[in-house]
Amino acid sequence: MHYDAIIIGAGMSGLAAALRLAMFGKRVVVLEKHELWGGLNSFYTKDGHAFDVGLHALTNFAPARARGAPLTRVLRQLRIRHEELRLGEQAVSELRVPGATLTFTNDFGHFEAEVERRFPDQRDGFRDLVAEVRAFELDAEDHPERSGRAVLEQHLSEPLLVDALLLPLLYYGSARERDVDWGQLVVLFRSIFLEGLCRPQGGIRSFLNLVIKRCKREGVALRLRAGVARVLVEGDACRGVELEDGETLTADWVLSSAGWVETMRLCGADVLRARVIEEDHGRLSFVESISVLDRPPRELGIEAATVFFTTSTPFDYSVPADLFDARSGVLSFPSNFAADGKPPEPAARVTILANHDRWCELAEEDYHREKRRAADAAIESAASFLPDWRGCTTYRDVFTPRTIRHFTGHDKGALYGSPRKRRDGRTGIDRLFLVGTDQGYLGVIGALVSGIAMANLHVLSAAVGREQEEVAR
Amino acid sequence: MTTEEVVVAITDIITTIAPDEDVTNLDRSERLRDQIDLDSMDFLDIVMELRKLYGVHVPEEDYKELATIDGCVAYLHPLLADKELHCAASA
Repeated sequence: MHYDAIIIGAGMSGLAAALRLAMFGKRVVVLEKHELWGGLNSFYTKDGHAFDVGLHALTNFAPARARGAPLTRVLRQLRIRHEELRLGEQAVSELRVPGATLTFTNDFGHFEAEVERRFPDQRDGFRDLVAEVRAFELDAEDHPERSGRAVLEQHLSEPLLVDALLLPLLYYGSARERDVDWGQLVVLFRSIFLEGLCRPQGGIRSFLNLVIKRCKREGVALRLRAGVARVLVEGDACRGVELEDGETLTADWVLSSAGWVETMRLCGADVLRARVIEEDHGRLSFVESISVLDRPPRELGIEAATVFFTTSTPFDYSVPADLFDARSGVLSFPSNFAADGKPPEPAARVTILANHDRWCELAEEDYHREKRRAADAAIESAASFLPDWRGCTTYRDVFTPRTIRHFTGHDKGALYGSPRKRRDGRTGIDRLFLVGTDQGYLGVIGALVSGIAMANLHVLSAAVGREQEEVAR
Repeated sequence: MTTEEVVVAITDIITTIAPDEDVTNLDRSERLRDQIDLDSMDFLDIVMELRKLYGVHVPEEDYKELATIDGCVAYLHPLLADKELHCAASA
């Protein structure tokens, strides 16, 4: 069967790419190995509880019709109306380092005032930093890699403030240990601080359903339980894929959200060896616990939508030597986003860093015991600075790097993929392109931008260009 | 299609792409980007819609001709003269 485009992966980036192509008459198939769409932002139900896999919050909040905002662009490109998302804004979030708590809201002025209040001697440095963030030209030609931490330290002489800023920027997120590329940092800083956090009514599944509905309306073929076993490469060009069941599909273009290393592996051992280096492998993964509560967190005195914390300094964002590291992490409370309909089930999510290989080495019964221990440790850590919700927990689910890898196929459960991004989406193999995390945009909105941008750049513009040549001949 | 119908065709496409924008009182000689929120991705969509609805090809080097409504009319009318207007809001 021949298609104009094959999309590997029905996550946000793959679906966005598929929708863009189908909107302009391309014959598209999306191949998803799992039985459900969503990828790193999928959803599931367990024992009657509806959970989002990845979603803590949507970044890049913008009100309807906000000019130039990435969210506005995405909605316009996908022909989805802002009102359909029913976004509930956060009221407040927290950055907690030893000796300081800074709150931030969707009004950046609030955070500027907080920084000035707590670190008055950093005021000018912080202003210069923000000016540099605002001035950075995102769409310009590829910027050389530059340490984000170094730029922060250039402007800010207070290590506690540097750590406080790095907490959300690394957790939301960096594929690299202890640091993030300055260009990425700018994107994340804007998404989290200058734009803001929100949650769609109904969680990620509602958002996904909107996109899926649009895809179906435009005639996208969506195939679930259709894992790709091989990407077919002839010479230096990709011509299609082979599924796990042996079926072959050919296409003029293949866009893969499987990840850089994962995609190169699908092209075969020779390609993998020739094109992938050690530094390409992402290793940062997480353990996350979701505790269902018998009352809204607000009743316990928890107002924050998200809390980024480190109980020690310096803040160590790295693969732990042990199974997990509960000294730092992110908490999220879905109930603490505005809701214009039925509020979500009260819950507390805690995410901490974890070592994928150590988790995979465990024997089955040890694995389940260690899951409990990790979740207990993370929650214990949280209880040291927030009201203790342990007595109000009616149900708890925990997932590990092993879970992430099992359901998404991403190596080592590396949520943020490879530390080396391919911003132009090129793989070096003709007609094969990357979308998603390893192309470089992160978060739900980032993933949508990625799919849209790569579809526009490599397929739609290219198709228009090719026609000119044919017409001219 | 008449030149007035070309204006309708273009504003209709803009409404499809940017439903939130007010296209009713656009100045025809001013750049579209200065009057409403359109970026280069939107221009790609305008080109794609022209192709989808009318089979018209606009090469990338000619995108700048479409910067104003007057420019759109001047460039597109020869290409659209023998086409029927496709949209809900017919003149």
